[in-house]
Amino acid sequence: MRLILEKRLDIDPRRTLAIRALALVLALVAGAILLLSVGVNPFATYWAMLVGALGDKSALGQTLLKAIPLMLTGLAVSVAFRMRFWNIGAEGQFAMGVFATSLVALFGPPALPWLPQALWLPLMMMASIVAGALWGLIPAALKAYRDVNEIIITLMLNYIAIGWLEYLFYGPWKNPEGFGFPGSAPFPPYTWLPMVAPDQLPRVHWGLIFALLATLILWFVMSRTRWGYEIRLLGENPNAARYAGISIVRNTLLIMVVSGGLAGLAGMVEIAGIAHRLQQGIMLGYGFTGIIVAWLARLNPWGVIGVAFALAVLLVGGNQIQISMGLPAAVALVLQGLLFFFVLGGDVFTQYRLRVVEEGKELA
Amino acid sequence: MEHQLRRETPLVEMQGVSKRFPGVLANQNVDLVLFPGEIHALLGENGAGKSTLMNILAGLYHPDEGTIRWRGKGVELDSPRAAFEVGIGMVHQHFMLVQPLTVAENVTLGLNDGRMILDLEAVAERIQLLGRRYKLRVDPNRPVWQLSVGEQQRVEILKLLYRDVELLILDEPTAVLTPQEAEELGETLRQMTAEGKAVVLITHKLDEVMRFSDRVTVLRDGRVASVVETSQTTKAELAHEMVGREVLFRLEREEVQTGSLILSLRNVHALNKKGLPALQGVSLDIRRGEILGIAGVAGNGQQSLAEVITGLRTVSEGQIWVGATEVTNQPPLTAIEAGVSYIPADRMGTGAVGTLSVADNLMMKSYRRPPLSNGQLLSFDAIRGYARYLMESFRIAAPSPETPVRLLSGGNLQKVILARELDAEHSLLIAAYPSRGLDVGATEMVRRHLLAQRRAGKAILLISEELDELLTLSDRIAVLYEGRIMGIFPAAEANIETLGLMMAGEAIGNQIDSLVKSNQQN
Ligand SMILES: Nc1ncnc2c1ncn2[C@@H]1O[C@H](COP(=O)(O)OP(=O)(O)O)[C@@H](O)[C@H]1O
Ligand SMILES: [Mg+2]
Repeated sequence: MRLILEKRLDIDPRRTLAIRALALVLALVAGAILLLSVGVNPFATYWAMLVGALGDKSALGQTLLKAIPLMLTGLAVSVAFRMRFWNIGAEGQFAMGVFATSLVALFGPPALPWLPQALWLPLMMMASIVAGALWGLIPAALKAYRDVNEIIITLMLNYIAIGWLEYLFYGPWKNPEGFGFPGSAPFPPYTWLPMVAPDQLPRVHWGLIFALLATLILWFVMSRTRWGYEIRLLGENPNAARYAGISIVRNTLLIMVVSGGLAGLAGMVEIAGIAHRLQQGIMLGYGFTGIIVAWLARLNPWGVIGVAFALAVLLVGGNQIQISMGLPAAVALVLQGLLFFFVLGGDVFTQYRLRVVEEGKELA
Repeated sequence: MEHQLRRETPLVEMQGVSKRFPGVLANQNVDLVLFPGEIHALLGENGAGKSTLMNILAGLYHPDEGTIRWRGKGVELDSPRAAFEVGIGMVHQHFMLVQPLTVAENVTLGLNDGRMILDLEAVAERIQLLGRRYKLRVDPNRPVWQLSVGEQQRVEILKLLYRDVELLILDEPTAVLTPQEAEELGETLRQMTAEGKAVVLITHKLDEVMRFSDRVTVLRDGRVASVVETSQTTKAELAHEMVGREVLFRLEREEVQTGSLILSLRNVHALNKKGLPALQGVSLDIRRGEILGIAGVAGNGQQSLAEVITGLRTVSEGQIWVGATEVTNQPPLTAIEAGVSYIPADRMGTGAVGTLSVADNLMMKSYRRPPLSNGQLLSFDAIRGYARYLMESFRIAAPSPETPVRLLSGGNLQKVILARELDAEHSLLIAAYPSRGLDVGATEMVRRHLLAQRRAGKAILLISEELDELLTLSDRIAVLYEGRIMGIFPAAEANIETLGLMMAGEAIGNQIDSLVKSNQQN
């Protein structure tokens, strides 16, 4: 008897969903075995995770807060991946968005004091989008005009951007009144992103609205417009796209303006919505996690929203069990790892099916 | 010979085999019997279910109904490996070789002989032995990417012979071969059948069927239409069985008044993908209502010629005009807007996007304008309607406009491309090998369309490797050799021998004269 993997002829979205659900269950079972083996009650643990992530207003707020940057970076990555432009650089584009936001927030108002205060937030937004887009245009131009591999360039640019931020808050932008802590001076309060509903969802800022709007727009553009169709052609078969009169150069540049711009905006909402100053800990790897989000969402914008939220539940819930159950941080990480393992592993079965073959079977 | 075959036990008996795909019944209650020592031709239009039936025998697909017997005993062929173990091997329409590996490495790939150590030298030796015995010349130590298509096919066959298959299935093997290579393949197959192996040969070329095969099974719409001894039938009869109606091998070509100049190339030079000269000073003109045929052995600049006109390749020297627009080194969109339609040779690689739907593929040239789009906005109702309309008028057999085109048969895929290019607004049609790999019915349809285009006053550049096709359709024929035009002359004055000589690189005096003359006329 032998097992073989056979490519499926059709890919059914309902089956994909069922496989995902099964993977989730299996991950929970595997996690339960693990927890039992170290003498912890798995049901209590899972319950604590759920309550910790969704149990009350402040928990839900915390989770949404975590989901916002993941949604935006997930969208950023997915839009580039649709064209098979492997943008691994959302992290760097995020960092440049943070940089541009800080630049405007810290140095804008003193330089142009006569400008209405309400104008600074839109300016910061625009600056972050432009900065992320420009950072994304570097690998795009190298790829479009010189056929340089974008994976390496986007990856390397991440470290340059992160290093640049560190240089700023350790060096020239360090707050002289900060008691020697690395970090800039705080932004003026009128440059803070307002909250959506401070009473219902504490701390959740306008980034949530931006992320949902971006999703709606992207979904519409990608599925309903000529440009979306062109990107689909380019992603599926660049030769055929060129043959149909679609410019690869122009669209590579455009797609990275969109992708980099979204990642830059993610940086803006993170710093203007939460930290309100440039400091250590602003770069939490959302750009990298965005790749996982995009992938699990199958590059679908609405999928990105769902996956980002689910991931946020996992992250926040994982943090909470350290506090409420006194479990080590490693436990949360192991549970996350198990989940990724099962979900990504299960994805194989959306495209292949397993068949049992009886060796040398004869039906004479 | 036939009577001898009858008395032996059959090698394979397929009985009542049916296979259903979403939306199509690819095989329907098919019976097929194969005897040792026979070359059995499997004929049928594109989409008749030939590949599907053979994929079942090769263990790739599982039949929904029916039984398979091997030497009288029922077998379950549920993987290619299971088929191998029984003794069945298949060379697919698309080769399945690993390009960076050598021939010997490819041959042993996936071979499970229980030994841990790979003795490549012994493998190479055995390959050479087999190569000599079956006239399959190929160097076992060359990496596959360096081989020509014909050589790659030999590797595919060697791979199967190395595994001692008793039944060899070849899916349209000669579609990619030169006539010379096809003849050599015929000899290889004869050697195999002389040793008692059986061969199934899927092909559209009736000449080959008549020359090589012992028996023929014709499939139509997934069902067996007839089984005959080759010696008891004719080409016309087989063609009739395939399409279910009379097929005209000769088409009516009426007089058409040529009109204004549409395409004009002056001293065009270009490099190919590898940076070598592909076109070396090509000049030609085509007028309205005229078909200019390009004859030549594949690889003499035909691809580059089509690509410089469509803007897919840059020229290093010279000028190209389409109507009043100069398209020299302009992006592809300029050529499209100047009125160039293009049926490329590489259908899946360039002409279509396999993963996208029939509708998405049909709109590739017209999505920029109303009614398919308004500004940036796509109109899905109009797109669906447009796809339905084209599917109907070109009789594209697909379950729905939403079906991905990679699931279509070769003939239907070509119809999708043809429909799109003919419906787009154009004054010039470039058709590269438009009937390559198509069955007789589909070939006839393509040729009819080309003639209809001519009648409608389009200028047509027809690139083909079939002299018959060129002679039937073209008004004038140009011979391309090593990127140069060896001569242009009226098709009516052409004869196959001089064409052949010129294709081999011999410029012939009076043809050069007629080139000069025809250029002066323009
Ligand atoms: N994997 C598949 N999925 C769905 N339909 C298929 C698949 N393979 C073939 N078909 C359909 O089955 C029919 C027979 O196809 P095929 O066997 O390839 O024809 P042939 O080889 O005779 O040209 C066609 O209508 C084709 O579109
Ligand atoms: Mg076929």
